[in-house]
Amino acid sequence: MSIKVTMPALSPTMEEGTLAKWHVKEGDTVSSGDVIAEIETDKATMEVEAADDGTVAKIVVPEGTENVKVNEVIALLAGEDEDTESVSEEKVESSAPQEKTEAPKAEEPDDAGDEAPAPPAVEVASDPELPEGTEFEEQTVREALRDAMAEEMRRDERVFVMGEEVAQYEGAYKVTQGLLAEFGDKRVVDTPITEHGFTGLGVGAAMAGLRPIVEFMTFNFAMQAMDHIINSAAKTRYMSGGQMSCPIVFRGPNGPAARVGAQHSQDYSSWYAHVPGLIVIAPYSAMDAKGLLKAAIRDPNPVVFLENEVLYGKSFDVPQIDDYTLPIGKARVMKEGTDVTLVSYSHGITYCLDAMAKLEEEGINAELIDLRTIRPLDIDTVIESVKKTNRVVTVDETWPHCGVGAEIAAQVQAKAFDYLDAPILRVTQKDVPMPYAANLEKLALPSADEVIEAVKTVCYR
Amino acid sequence: MATRSRTSATSGKKTSGKTSSSAKNTSRNPSRRKSSASGSAPADFGKDEDMQAYRDMLLIRRFEEKAGQMYGMGLIGGFCHLYIGQEAVVTGMKGAIEDGDQVVTSYRDHGHMLAVGMDPKGVMAELTGREGGYSKGKGGSMHMFSIEKNFYGGHGIVGAPVPIGTGLAFSNQYNDTDRVCLTFFGDGAANQGQVYESFNMAELWQLPVIYVIENNRYAMGTSVARSSAQTDLSKRGLSFNIPGEEVDGMDVRAVREAGQKAVEWCRAGKGPYILEMMTYRYRGHSMSDPAKYRAKEEVNKMRSEHDPIEQVRKRLIEDHKLSEDELKNIDKEIKKTVNEAAEFAQASPEPDPSELWTDVVELSEGA
Repeated sequence: MSIKVTMPALSPTMEEGTLAKWHVKEGDTVSSGDVIAEIETDKATMEVEAADDGTVAKIVVPEGTENVKVNEVIALLAGEDEDTESVSEEKVESSAPQEKTEAPKAEEPDDAGDEAPAPPAVEVASDPELPEGTEFEEQTVREALRDAMAEEMRRDERVFVMGEEVAQYEGAYKVTQGLLAEFGDKRVVDTPITEHGFTGLGVGAAMAGLRPIVEFMTFNFAMQAMDHIINSAAKTRYMSGGQMSCPIVFRGPNGPAARVGAQHSQDYSSWYAHVPGLIVIAPYSAMDAKGLLKAAIRDPNPVVFLENEVLYGKSFDVPQIDDYTLPIGKARVMKEGTDVTLVSYSHGITYCLDAMAKLEEEGINAELIDLRTIRPLDIDTVIESVKKTNRVVTVDETWPHCGVGAEIAAQVQAKAFDYLDAPILRVTQKDVPMPYAANLEKLALPSADEVIEAVKTVCYR
Repeated sequence: MATRSRTSATSGKKTSGKTSSSAKNTSRNPSRRKSSASGSAPADFGKDEDMQAYRDMLLIRRFEEKAGQMYGMGLIGGFCHLYIGQEAVVTGMKGAIEDGDQVVTSYRDHGHMLAVGMDPKGVMAELTGREGGYSKGKGGSMHMFSIEKNFYGGHGIVGAPVPIGTGLAFSNQYNDTDRVCLTFFGDGAANQGQVYESFNMAELWQLPVIYVIENNRYAMGTSVARSSAQTDLSKRGLSFNIPGEEVDGMDVRAVREAGQKAVEWCRAGKGPYILEMMTYRYRGHSMSDPAKYRAKEEVNKMRSEHDPIEQVRKRLIEDHKLSEDELKNIDKEIKKTVNEAAEFAQASPEPDPSELWTDVVELSEGA
């Protein structure tokens, strides 16, 4: 009986990777801990160690293979004899913590599509503003963000990036990949792990006329810097009667990742959107990530730019236009529909797209609006849609209490009460800190099924 | 911006050690420490320098007295933190810098604004919340700025100016100028975490920032001894290898001399510098503070024996042979300036209601 060697996950959100190199060949004897292969993703590389002693019986996935799914069997090891074989097999399973993210999905294969950013079955409208004949290149959100920063740094000497691990390590999530090499350590600055201090430092530099991009490794850590984001950055223009500005971008991954527990899984969009003086952007696609980050860097105001770890590795078409920027504060109708308006942003869009594919099968034609900017809120686009569909479901990963959905509901009922045929429903994260257990986490997050249920409720179906 | 390490240049002359139980006494000898880090008396000012210092400090004193009166009349609202007693600190430090060097401080900020040359009318009108104020009446006592005078606020949160000032210094290095940033904060702020985060980065990157700790001995009502494990605040940069020294903050000459040394250090690219100014505020923390945490005798002793303005006045009479009439003329001139500011601050209209909605964000030119 053989021992299965499976594709490991490098991070809680990794779904697939490239098997870059085999260090062993069939027939080789390996001991537990020997490096047998190298795998890589667009974010990182890692060595695969043998979890057991044995002989390489078969290499299932040859080196150089791309898009190898996490947990896919990549090789088989033969144990020394039958007794040890059976023991070894148990060990392989119990000593493979990297399987944790996939485990619950394997148990419930029918629901696997809920969270996985599988290609949407729904045809999404392209940007109507783009000139005809525009060429597109497929890029991940991660690459689009990097290109946006690099382009703006080439364009404006005042722009620099600072944060933890942004330079030599090239970003904890590899978003600043290549920037140190191109721009040097004057403009790509590794900071100590002191959010309060380096955020205040960035604010001071912005007041002096520089254009800092402050990367938070995740927005969970920005809580330590909250005073400077709000008291020092957001309020300065007002407090100075318009004299002093603070052109700074605070960016980094926001929202729940996967299996990282309560202190590392929170969507802060409603927190920042609450504050006058801030611009709050939360894009879904790579195209929007690029166009809006470039606009954010040029904006004269403090901008909170909320990215999403789960979306970093997702690929989208990005227009090949020189200096592609997008207007801040404009929502995008991703898909036109007639029966209900789904209002969402960032990772919430994935739940909507999955739900819409299923809803279409049931004859419900939903309109999907990607807010893209949370503050200022493009409520006009939402209202226009409500006048057509008469029904609204909001979908986001904030907590429900005083969340973004609550604000949309309040504004829609005030501005389009007579157009509503049903109460506005919200699909959000549940009103609990994020649990660690896979099943509980799944329950805490929004899902396509919840979107479907809410849509059916407001459609009285 | 490479990491550099240097040996400590800290004077380290004083004895350290744990605060003894007797040191917890709040009314403990406030002039416990000797003046001037070098141990010697500061160099004398010439007549013109003393005259200038006298005028500058007197302006702050009279302005603050007037603000206190106007507060009592209900013309100034909210929080109002007066600088009376500490005038020599900002006046001396201003004398050590050049145009283009930046200044940032926290909420006891009127003196700093006057010292950098901001118009007393605009400052006072901001205190009264009027259109003619530096922030159009929308900032108040703690929130004024002047790009023209390189004054970056005016910050209401204890400790917040420290990383901001460090960022201003970062911009000087980034832009390859030889400007330095004076970052003022109090003994209370000196216990904050963000101060040490800033010290670390400033020394790591050799930023041209002078941390001026205005030790007026009370963080609101809590004395340094009751709040600080290490009461010698000039040593607070020791573990970061930032040199620090203690200065007689009641003697404008000592302040300027120490300031010049620190400025020279920064301009030479040697990184940050800490100056602990031993000073004293005569008034309460804010207008609503009855100051019961300290003895009246303590305040009176400081006023009668260490007053920064009286020291200069004495020199002007004894050393520079100014007549009483000449001094009176200066006093009259300052009084006139302050009265005009007070009149302007009352005559200036309240901001137009439409101002409620302006200056929240700057509309971008379109992406």
